[in-house]
Amino acid sequence: MMPKNADELTQLGVREIRDGVASGDFTAREIAEAFNAAVEQAASLNAFIVATPEKALEAADAVDDARASGKDLGPMAGVPIGMKDLFCTKGVQTTAASHILEGFVPQYESTVSQKLWDAGAGMLGKLNLDQFAMGSSNETSYFGNVTSPWRKTGSNADFVAGGSSGGSSASVAARICPAATGTDTGGSIRQPAAFTGIVGVKPTYGRCSRCGVVAFASSLDQAGPMARSVEDCAIMLRAMAGFDPKDSTSLDLPVPDWASALDADLRGKKVGIPREYRMDGTDPEILDSWERGKEWLRDAGAEIVDVSLPHTKYALPAYYIIAPAEASSNLARYDGVRYGLRDLPEGAGLQDMYAATRSEGFGDEVKRRILIGTYVLSAGFYDAYYNQAQKVRALVARDFEQVWNECDVILAPTTPTAAFSPGAQSDNPLAMYLNDVFAVPASLAGLPAMSVPAMLNGDGLPLGLQIVGKPFDEQGVMNAGLAIEQRAGFTAKPERWW
Amino acid sequence: MSVDKPTVAKIASLARIEMDDAALERMVPELNNILGWIEQLGEVDTSAVEPMTAVIPNTLRLREDEVNADPKTGGDRREDILANAPVAEHGFFGVPKVIE
Repeated sequence: MMPKNADELTQLGVREIRDGVASGDFTAREIAEAFNAAVEQAASLNAFIVATPEKALEAADAVDDARASGKDLGPMAGVPIGMKDLFCTKGVQTTAASHILEGFVPQYESTVSQKLWDAGAGMLGKLNLDQFAMGSSNETSYFGNVTSPWRKTGSNADFVAGGSSGGSSASVAARICPAATGTDTGGSIRQPAAFTGIVGVKPTYGRCSRCGVVAFASSLDQAGPMARSVEDCAIMLRAMAGFDPKDSTSLDLPVPDWASALDADLRGKKVGIPREYRMDGTDPEILDSWERGKEWLRDAGAEIVDVSLPHTKYALPAYYIIAPAEASSNLARYDGVRYGLRDLPEGAGLQDMYAATRSEGFGDEVKRRILIGTYVLSAGFYDAYYNQAQKVRALVARDFEQVWNECDVILAPTTPTAAFSPGAQSDNPLAMYLNDVFAVPASLAGLPAMSVPAMLNGDGLPLGLQIVGKPFDEQGVMNAGLAIEQRAGFTAKPERWW
Repeated sequence: MSVDKPTVAKIASLARIEMDDAALERMVPELNNILGWIEQLGEVDTSAVEPMTAVIPNTLRLREDEVNADPKTGGDRREDILANAPVAEHGFFGVPKVIE
């Protein structure tokens, strides 16, 4: 069956588009036009900071021309994607959703985005996010909140799309992008994916180059794909990953063809269920989805084993020392001298200019984290806070190392709750931080992890399941994700209201 | 450990973020709330643990000592580097007068 009209074309995923373009079922231009129109019609989601329809068309025409002249097409050929506005894109404004970088036009391309363009993908635009990727609900963006396409059954009230990759999650769930890039420092791919019923993969730390990604916490930041199927994420991750000499922590390892090797037969595999993730106050429906996840993986042939990660409780507070400490150092570069905003009060000197620029240019959450980071790194507190947190981080990582003697992957919920209403947690930073309680341990340990849709809760909102794997074993993680995907039969999609 | 207003003012000054009195007042309880929660790390016995330095074992590489080996990170990019400067003059970043 050959899809024809724009509404049908925008239902397609990465592989379907690539294969359809390659076989001539439709042209890359038809695809780009359909998604450009969908982006334009979805302005009320506020998922994009800047739309770049001309870039999408330009890339599509290049693919159509290459096909016409019989050239080999790339693994993402003809697929228009959304680019989180944390990736520097040459000649296209890159803001990290901040005022301080408003109007910043990179003179170079990030490694990850360049690799995607080289693979034949095109850019629909730059996606909204939490400011400097700091947030779990996309409510800290200078360019306004992202609204989830999902609503409760029978209600018109808005929900958050998660964060920080909230523009990415909203646009993929709403079918205005077949896939999007995300970045994950402490759950920023997995949590929004769970909130919107899509798949998101955070690979092993170092798989994807950080060169040209606006830095938040460099020892944690990792890019990854967000799409609507495990296979689409596997295809896109391969196009994003690979050694980059321009990133000192880049992994110098071959990039496997994860998509071709996907296999949902889990016979002989052990799936660990960490008992410390069963926390007081976790939503009963989340626990129910976890139980179903166990059943699905058992059905796929895996053995379910109870495991212990004793330092789980300390991962989140350690993260909220380490990430702000790194952020306060990384964000020192925004000084009003080299790029971005400058606020120079009448008669002010250089130091006053720095302070005024940063006061004007950073949002409240960013300031809060810079202040915490500055405090924990300051003389007299470094040992008590930062050093202690790095020691706890070593213990969290050791917990995982030991658990790999007992299992191949870990299954846990992605989030403690389903998506919430805008404003519900924004007055209480601590409550907001707790969103990432299940996501942060894998970040601290640099492990590959993903969220895959499991079910809708009683309100009709999506819930996700998380799989965490051994270092470099994205394949094992995505295989388990595929086993869940095949059994969960998650076909729900948000009803269009935008 | 908790912070008071003068301490927050000192941190803000170290971080080069201008904050007026009202902003400082608001920030004090917020920071104390977060710092109070972080305190629990003190419960963990870390006496036999080295702080983590690299999450995935990796070796630091040295590049060849060669000018412009990579055009993106090499030299001769003055125009590109100044392209986003709020004030660029005579091939330099412009800043207000500094008198010490």
